[in-house]
Amino acid sequence: MIEATGLTKHYGRTVAVDNLSFTVGEGRVTGFLGPNGAGKSTTMRMILGLDSPTSGDVRIDGQHYRDLHQPLRTVGALLDAKWVHPNRSARAHLRWLAAATKLPRSRIDQVLDLVGLGAVANKNAGGFSLGMSQRLGIAAALLGDPRVLLFDEPVNGLDPEGILWIRKFMHQLADEGRTVFVSSHLLSEMAQTAQDLVVIGRGKLIYQGTVDEFIANATESTVLVRSPTLEKLGEHLLAAGAGISDDGDALRVSGMDSAAIGELAATRQIVLHELSPQVGSLEQAFIHLTGDTVEYRTEEPALGTTEEGPTA
Amino acid sequence: MTTLLATERIKLFTTRSPWWSAFLALGLTIGFAGLVALNHNGGPLRVEHSQFGIQFGLMVVTVMAALAITTEYRFATIRATFQAVPNRTSALLAKTTVVAVLAAVIGEVAAFGSWATVKVIDGGGPELAITTGADWRMVAGAGLVFGIAAVIAVAVGTLVRQSAGAISILLIWPLLVENLVQLIPGAGDDIHNWMPFTVAGRFLNGPGPDAPLSAWGSLFYFAAVAAVLLLAAITAVNKRDA
Amino acid sequence: MTLLAVERIKLFTTRSPWWCTLIALVLTIGFGALMAGTSEENIAPLTIAATQFGYTFGLVVVMVMAALAITTEYRFSTIRATFLAVPNRPTALIAKATVVAVLAAIVGEIAAFGSWGIARLMKPNVDLAINTAYEWRAVAGVGLVYGISAVVAVAVGVLLRHSAGAIAVLLIWNQLVEPLVQLIPKVGDDIHKWLPFNVANKLITGNPDPSTRDVLQGPPPSDAVLGPWPALAAFAGFAVVLFGIALVVANRRDA
Repeated sequence: MIEATGLTKHYGRTVAVDNLSFTVGEGRVTGFLGPNGAGKSTTMRMILGLDSPTSGDVRIDGQHYRDLHQPLRTVGALLDAKWVHPNRSARAHLRWLAAATKLPRSRIDQVLDLVGLGAVANKNAGGFSLGMSQRLGIAAALLGDPRVLLFDEPVNGLDPEGILWIRKFMHQLADEGRTVFVSSHLLSEMAQTAQDLVVIGRGKLIYQGTVDEFIANATESTVLVRSPTLEKLGEHLLAAGAGISDDGDALRVSGMDSAAIGELAATRQIVLHELSPQVGSLEQAFIHLTGDTVEYRTEEPALGTTEEGPTA
Repeated sequence: MTTLLATERIKLFTTRSPWWSAFLALGLTIGFAGLVALNHNGGPLRVEHSQFGIQFGLMVVTVMAALAITTEYRFATIRATFQAVPNRTSALLAKTTVVAVLAAVIGEVAAFGSWATVKVIDGGGPELAITTGADWRMVAGAGLVFGIAAVIAVAVGTLVRQSAGAISILLIWPLLVENLVQLIPGAGDDIHNWMPFTVAGRFLNGPGPDAPLSAWGSLFYFAAVAAVLLLAAITAVNKRDA
Repeated sequence: MTLLAVERIKLFTTRSPWWCTLIALVLTIGFGALMAGTSEENIAPLTIAATQFGYTFGLVVVMVMAALAITTEYRFSTIRATFLAVPNRPTALIAKATVVAVLAAIVGEIAAFGSWGIARLMKPNVDLAINTAYEWRAVAGVGLVYGISAVVAVAVGVLLRHSAGAIAVLLIWNQLVEPLVQLIPKVGDDIHKWLPFNVANKLITGNPDPSTRDVLQGPPPSDAVLGPWPALAAFAGFAVVLFGIALVVANRRDA
């Protein structure tokens, strides 16, 4: 269980994290969502005692990270896969971490096999691909068999197979009753990985709750209707209290479900060519909620560029 | 070539280390000159008194010049450089030129700044006036020595490709190795006579009666050493995978 | 003890300490051999002090090694992994400084006795027996000075967090600032007497026994006013203060 209360971090005049309060529960995967630069990594560093909060407090199972005895037995973290010495072998990297936590050497081979790095354990970490580095980072996080796990953007740069692997892995960890807190700026990823969400923008809390609620609350369900007598239908819909907007040669109806619209059209004897409910996506919900808080906004990409937008 | 020079100039001045180095080099040399002038008594201050701290500037500039190339290797921007300018010889020459010019400018400012500081603090008798050829060499010559030292530093940085190693070599060599060889009985002094930074010092401070080279001969020798090292660096860069 | 093991693993699973150790030993012992080989009875007689001329080489290399031991942790962010595993930062850094200082001291002793030993082998006829307290200090003292200097280097590395900066500061200070300070009129000599590396040098070169040493036959004697052992204590005190400052800074700073 991770509890943040009024967490705030200033870097000079920049406010990276602004009065952030949230809890991360046990036995679930909690997604930590926000656009790039929203303060996710800063928050994670404060949880781990690397950065000190300007004000506020964050505790893991009721304790500050820096007061934990042999913290790797309680908390495992992967903040950046490149936090390794390039000329040190994967096994040596885990060896000193294990020594600091008084773990037996056999545990090193266990975690190396668990993440599938057994064969390259004696190779220098500097020669690893990003995917291999991520696996090494996860091995380091799991070393002390911790109850609480933090992952910062773990799927960044991974191939589809690796993404699938991490996703299954995090579910497995949560099913074992652990607290799993994983950050991402990729909504589609969170939708498939997380059960709970903590959403932030510009360092402020935007939402905390389940993924399902987040989508339900933040997206308005609309229905697309097409009819040869669209204007007449529109008048009736307005009269019945629905909201309408033009969408090309169709109408987008809000505040009324497709059954009600169909019945209304039948009683008024209006012919419908299309009647299709539009389900809101997580992306829409996210953009809707964080629309004002995106730190680095991109222009509409010009034709031919493949730049990835901040909330893509 | 102008484009290349402009490229390297932009690269150099858009990072912090040259600014820091310039600031430190000037602060140390001019500050030291101030200390000398403030504490001086007995006898008039001469031009050489103002240049006691010039070696501080020289060492800092050497570090700066080495970092200009080693940081490119560290952040792998050297690959981007060689992608943009596939002719590696030109790219390296452009960088060397820009760094050497900056070093020379720092050297001139440091030398004349030190001299002016002493003059302001002390008032300055005729002994402090820059009149003879030797006086001019001692003060205005600093820029030349700084510039050539920067070439050596870039060459060593290119060969070693690593900040810690290059800086260690560049500082340990002139400060320690060149001095300690004197201690070797018999051959020590002969070897010392041909050590590049020792020889460069003779250009600034005058060759003395036992020196094998004249003042300008000394500078030429120092420049020749730099040229040989630069040639070795260029050869290495062209042979090596970036 | 656990933390010492951690730092020992970290130090010896990278290449730079091995390289630095090798370079330090080759330079000092090689220079010792050079001094022995070129010595001549009448012009430049071989003495115990003369075998230790190369000790400054080892000193600067050992300081580079010690500084790199901490600055590379900052460079590759493994310092964060360290502080995650050991959130008590002063303890973690003290363990590192201890391990580095012990290695530096061992390198110092091997360098000093190696230089002395090779001179004995090359010139078996010269009396190089270590008898007096001065002679013992000149040889066995090298390890102590290396060890304490390593603590100074780790402290500078923690404060600057940057390899190039730390190495430049350490070498320029040790090799340039301290000697050049003497050039300042009036106060220069008085300041120089209290500069840390000059004070440390007193242990190796100070209070020579006049019967065994001509001043010119060995590293130039330190002009520090303290006796050899108080000088070492003063140097150690300086190292402790600097390292203390580094601990306070590291504890307050965001990692």
